[in-house]
Amino acid sequence: MSDVVVVDYGAGNTRSVGAALAHLGYRSTVSADPGLLRDARYVILPGVGSARSAMAHLSVTGAADALRARVDAGEPLLGICLGLQLALEDSEEDGGVVGLGLVAGHVRQLRRGRVPRLGWAAVEPGNDVYYFAHSYVAHTQQAVATSEGVTAIVRSGSFLGVQFHPEKSGAAGLRFLDQCLSRA
Amino acid sequence: MPLPRLIPCLDVAHGRVVKGVSFVELRDVGDPVELASHYGRGGADELVLLDIAATPDETATMTSVVARVADVLTIPFTVGGGVRCVEDARRIIESGADRVALNSAALADPSLITAIADRFGSQAVVVAIDTQDDVVFTHGARVATGVGTVPWALEAAGRGAGEILLTSISHDGRRAGFDLRVTAAVREAVSIPVIASGGAGTARHVADALRVADAALVASIVHENPQGITGLRREIEACGVALRPVQEEKDG
Repeated sequence: MSDVVVVDYGAGNTRSVGAALAHLGYRSTVSADPGLLRDARYVILPGVGSARSAMAHLSVTGAADALRARVDAGEPLLGICLGLQLALEDSEEDGGVVGLGLVAGHVRQLRRGRVPRLGWAAVEPGNDVYYFAHSYVAHTQQAVATSEGVTAIVRSGSFLGVQFHPEKSGAAGLRFLDQCLSRA
Repeated sequence: MPLPRLIPCLDVAHGRVVKGVSFVELRDVGDPVELASHYGRGGADELVLLDIAATPDETATMTSVVARVADVLTIPFTVGGGVRCVEDARRIIESGADRVALNSAALADPSLITAIADRFGSQAVVVAIDTQDDVVFTHGARVATGVGTVPWALEAAGRGAGEILLTSISHDGRRAGFDLRVTAAVREAVSIPVIASGGAGTARHVADALRVADAALVASIVHENPQGITGLRREIEACGVALRPVQEEKDG
């Protein structure tokens, strides 16, 4: 059995997450199977695509309920980029989308600076620099780290969400992923 | 704003990285996976792979290159050349690329920008513009379109592009510095990030470009010595442009 299940929602760049996990020596599977998502040791909800089509896909496959059950049971779930944004109550994207509701708060469009916000930026507290690529951002009391004033890391129960892409952030990103997995 | 990015560009033909002057006399300079991995470890902030020989019957070759690059690379990369429909973009992104670059196909059908952005997000769509005398050129910079560079950049951004990759044809390959004027004009007009391309000859050129753009594309100055990118970063920083701190990455 795989150590990690990467959630398949039809438009994700799941291959890069799998490659980063392989660098760290973890076996991973890409799946939307609710049973696998409930029982896996660790689950990652990756992030490329649009909120509406991702939520529709997660609902139809039963993955949405499985992810909620998982977090209710205190099992670890890591959301990356859109995967973090989907965990909130709702998002402004695509004219308004209801999220998984794992984390209290809302997702709003970025309104300052160049959008999409693309590139490497520091995450505080800490000294590490990670790769970001986003046009929306989480507004939540559960934010535990920020980057240039926007939410970078969210923690709520067994859910951990990152706005940056650890799988695309070189050595710093691999180190971050390794810490997430080894603590789980 | 995020830190300015240094982006090596690999021209790929028939599954190999090539180098040439004006699309003739292409010389094989190496394996894309090996070179991408070198650049990744050496401190590139991102990579661009351009399929310069893109033909429909070579789709499978490029898809396999993209997948193998994705397996070794832990930084983002963009793939351009031969992206003509949403299905092309889907194939490339699902193979592990972060973004696709559109050029002639977007000019022929601007709704393609929106269709790909709707499916994969604006951050996944780069619109590449080849410019000379403020006019857009297509087909390997050979055909003048009569479309103004700044108006086209604005339209592309309005239709959902997440970044403009702006190549100055007259500066490209001459290694005498970037076209700062047109780069600044485009960046001023749009609210999305802009990558400057064409003309990198020295670290000073790149530093100058990074003062007016969000990223700079480099090709020939790094291809002669892929390991030299670490030194190039240091020289750019010595010119007063801060880049991300790069740590030594172990082989995976």
